[in-house]
Amino acid sequence: MCQECGCSKPGPYQVGDRRVDSHTHTLADGSVITHAHDHGHDHHHEPGHAHPHRILNLKTGILSANDRAAEQNRGAFRALGLLVLNVLSSPGAGKTSLLTKTLNDLRGRCRAGVIVGDLATDNDATRLRTTGAPVVQIATGTLCHLEAGMVAEALKQLDLRALDLLIIENVGNLVCPAAFDLGEAARVVLHSVTEGEDKPLKYPPMFHSADIVLITKTDLAAAAAFDRELAWKNLRQASPRAKIFELSARTGEGVPAWCDHLLALQGAVAGATK
Amino acid sequence: MHEFSIMQAALETAGQKTRDAGATQIHRLRLRVGALSGVVPEALRFAFEALKDKSLGAQAELEIETVPAVAFCTACAAEFAAADIQYECPRCHRPSGQLRQGREMELAALEIS
Repeated sequence: MCQECGCSKPGPYQVGDRRVDSHTHTLADGSVITHAHDHGHDHHHEPGHAHPHRILNLKTGILSANDRAAEQNRGAFRALGLLVLNVLSSPGAGKTSLLTKTLNDLRGRCRAGVIVGDLATDNDATRLRTTGAPVVQIATGTLCHLEAGMVAEALKQLDLRALDLLIIENVGNLVCPAAFDLGEAARVVLHSVTEGEDKPLKYPPMFHSADIVLITKTDLAAAAAFDRELAWKNLRQASPRAKIFELSARTGEGVPAWCDHLLALQGAVAGATK
Repeated sequence: MHEFSIMQAALETAGQKTRDAGATQIHRLRLRVGALSGVVPEALRFAFEALKDKSLGAQAELEIETVPAVAFCTACAAEFAAADIQYECPRCHRPSGQLRQGREMELAALEIS
C-alpha cells in the first residue's frame, strides 16, 4: 500500500485475461500521477518518489542458455566416449580440404562423422561425403556462428554410437564463433600461410581459446613469403595453451602427425568412459 | 555481428528476471564485458538501440562496464595485466595460459520498477 505518499487506489482491471492494478499518487512537486502495474498486488513507494526503482544484482552470463546446451552436448559426448572437435578459421583457410584429407587418412582406423556449418549451400557437405563419412550440413541463414542448440539438433541425424570422432566444422569466421561453446572437447583453429603472420594478434579471443592450432597450406609458404618464425612467435603469445601442427592437405606433409594426435586424443576420451 | 545474438539473449534474460521480480519496466541495464570477450561495446549499443523497443527495456539506459584482462603466472604465483594479446608475464617473461578475467559477458544488474 502506498501509505507513504498517501495516494488513493482505484480497483484492478483486466486487459484481455491479464489483471492490471493501477493507482494515483502525488509527487513532491505537487504533480499527480496515475500508473498501472501488472500484478494483483500493490507496490511500495518511497516518500515523494514516483517510481520506486529497485536494483537487481544478477551477474548471470549472457550466453548462459548456450552454455547450458553446450554442457548437455558435452555430457552426451563424454558418456559415449566420443571425441568432438570444433574446427574454426577464417573463410578459405582450408578447413574443408583439410578435413577431407583427414577423414581419408583416418579411414579404417577411426569412425568419424562431420557436422558442417555455413550460411548457405551444402557444397562443403558434398565434398566431405566423398570420404564416405556421415555428414550433416547446417545452413545458418544469416547467423555468423554455430550455437550449441543447432549442434544438438544436428546430432539427431547422426548415429553417434557408430562414431569415435565427431568433427564440427564451424562457419568461417575468426570473431563470433569464439564466444559460443558447442560442447567440444577441443578447439582447433586453422591459420593458413596465405593469411600472413599476424592473424593471432588481430583475433586474440579466437586464438586464445585454441587447444590446437594448425598452420595450413604449408606447400604455399614460399610463394606467400610466409615468415614462419614470426608466425610461431605470435602464436606462442596468443595461443599459449595450444599444441601447434604445420601441414599441407594438398601434399599430405604433416598430416600423419596430426592424425596420430587425433587418434591419441580419441583413445584418451574413449578410455575415460570405460 | 554476433553482438545482435548477445544483446537479444541479454534482453530476454533481463525481461524474464524483471517479470520474476514482479516488475514491468527496466530503467537501467548494466552489462560487464571483458576486454577479451570478442564483443565490441559499440556494436552492443547499436544492437541495443535496434532491439530494445520490443523488450521491457524500451526506455532503459544501457551501461557497459569493461573488464580488463588479467592473467596469472604460475611460476611467479602472481597476477598481471594481460595487455591485449600479450599474455607474457612481465617478471619471468613466460607466456601464461591462465586468464583470470577478461572474457566476461555478463548481465550484471538491472534497475526495474
